[in-house]
Amino acid sequence: MTAKPLGVRIRKGATTLSFLAPVLIGIAVFFLYPLGSAVYFSFTKFDLLSVPEWVGLENYRKMADDPFLLQSIRNTLWMVVVFVPVRIIGAIGLSMLLTQFKRGAGFFRTVFYLPALIPPVAATIAFVYLLKPGTGPVNHVLALIGIDGPLWFNSPAWAKPSLVLLGLWAIGDLMVIFLAAVLGVPASLYEAASLDGANAWQRFRLITLPTIRPVVLFAAVTGVIYTLQYFDQAAVAGSIASGQATVGGGISTNFGFPEGSTFTYPLWLYTVGFRYNALGYANALAIGLFVVALAVTLFLLRRAKAFSGEES
Amino acid sequence: MTVLIDAPLLVAAPAPDQRYRRQRRLAWIARHSIAIAVAVMFVTPVAYLVLLSLMTSDQALTSDYWPNSWHPENYVRIFMVTPLPHYLLNTLIYAVSVTALVLLSSVPAAYALAKVKFRGGNALFLVVIGMMMLPPQVVTVPLYLMWANVGLTGSLWPLIIPALFGDAFTIFLLRQFLLTIPSEYLDAARVDGCGEWQTLLRVVLPMARPGIAAAGLFQFFFCWNDYYGPLVYTSENENSWTLSLGLASFHSVHHVDWNLVTAATVLAMAPLIIIFFFAQRAFVQGITLTGFKG
Repeated sequence: MTAKPLGVRIRKGATTLSFLAPVLIGIAVFFLYPLGSAVYFSFTKFDLLSVPEWVGLENYRKMADDPFLLQSIRNTLWMVVVFVPVRIIGAIGLSMLLTQFKRGAGFFRTVFYLPALIPPVAATIAFVYLLKPGTGPVNHVLALIGIDGPLWFNSPAWAKPSLVLLGLWAIGDLMVIFLAAVLGVPASLYEAASLDGANAWQRFRLITLPTIRPVVLFAAVTGVIYTLQYFDQAAVAGSIASGQATVGGGISTNFGFPEGSTFTYPLWLYTVGFRYNALGYANALAIGLFVVALAVTLFLLRRAKAFSGEES
Repeated sequence: MTVLIDAPLLVAAPAPDQRYRRQRRLAWIARHSIAIAVAVMFVTPVAYLVLLSLMTSDQALTSDYWPNSWHPENYVRIFMVTPLPHYLLNTLIYAVSVTALVLLSSVPAAYALAKVKFRGGNALFLVVIGMMMLPPQVVTVPLYLMWANVGLTGSLWPLIIPALFGDAFTIFLLRQFLLTIPSEYLDAARVDGCGEWQTLLRVVLPMARPGIAAAGLFQFFFCWNDYYGPLVYTSENENSWTLSLGLASFHSVHHVDWNLVTAATVLAMAPLIIIFFFAQRAFVQGITLTGFKG
């Protein structure tokens, strides 16, 4: 085998480059450059009108005694610990339910999937109305069966569980992924287990679950990534449930309502940057978020074969 | 012992057969009741919104859920008493232009990553994954400053221009799809003297249509639903607001007109559901591709 002549190799390289040029520019301008700037800005202090002034590690020191930051970390952790597993269990449950149907599966699949299409802002508005403490139908129905419904989005204790309900409703994407995985479990395994006298729960626990474990892992990691950037629903729920008249950019004055219980980490980052204009500090918060997201991503990359760039 | 479990199916003994049938019927009823109950829970929020949107503004403030009188004209009124047409137009401009540009810039890159061997290909793919996983909030402030420096904040441009340079998720999705196209087709084209670009345009593109459709749909839906991007770049200028941003602040302006707020909300979701019914297959396939493979 002789190496290809230089001219051919250059031409081939140029062709490859022509495929990739826009994306390479994009990576440099919209990813690497802002990422580098964020690192630099995190050591400075400035607002929209002033130039960055070097302050060393002061922003990072400030993070240690920022009570709102602590609260937002707690809120985001709460979401990671509750939101992610609840959604996974819900999605597995629904996909198992769908596999029980020979006829009608298509109909139910569509119905279960549809809410995932609905714009998060619209879905959040729907849930705030649905769960209105005074006039919402949910508490109305609960009252009919003798339960005094909670204040939902208006209660610091119930605001995050309400967001979990909203997330469960919009579970369609995850459900479709699990459905494909569950349907991919070889039927012969189930038949063998049935012959051995395994009941439905045993078949699920001993066959389905181990087989779809890689998908569960994938869903858990991407779920954590998604939760780290959880913004829209928390922002909209807070500002609409608060019921105060604010417009447009001023919408952020109601972020975190009630009592900071919906202040997720990215929400706090946005507030620091765009409402308080503490741009240096906001970048320090951004770097904190980046480090955590990177760690989670690296974990996924190490575990998942599908991401290694190999064809399997 | 194990044979006995299936015995009722084979042996025509009347009593066990009946019991078996009854059991099956009970199981049938059980799973249908569960599925219907869940389906009702999934449909209720949307049904409730639609009903509210057809009430008078007075009734919408009560705890009723059935309109005393029907007011479909609410859907006309929101176009006249609110800036909804403007939001709608901005959303369409944003979603359509970004979808077209992202596909144009991402298809060749995805093709190179899936089917062309080159040094650094794996590393580049890892960078794409990293961009996909990166929370957008990490780079928001530097990007905002960048757009502010060129005087484009307050417009849709900061949301549209980056589409010229590809989108990580679209590249990822398309690459996964292109991997499923057998390389033999490509080799045949190359043997016939096609260059890489010709191979892409003449052989790969026609075969990749379902994948491109799915990627385009996802991108369109993402833009239509996007709240964070428009909030960061356009909130200072109401002329550039999109539906999501408008809806979120709509409530505070028209907070006693729940019927109008809900009508606008229903309008924001309707196009997506209609598109979904026409393109369901491409959609489900696309979601499955984003999942785990191998």
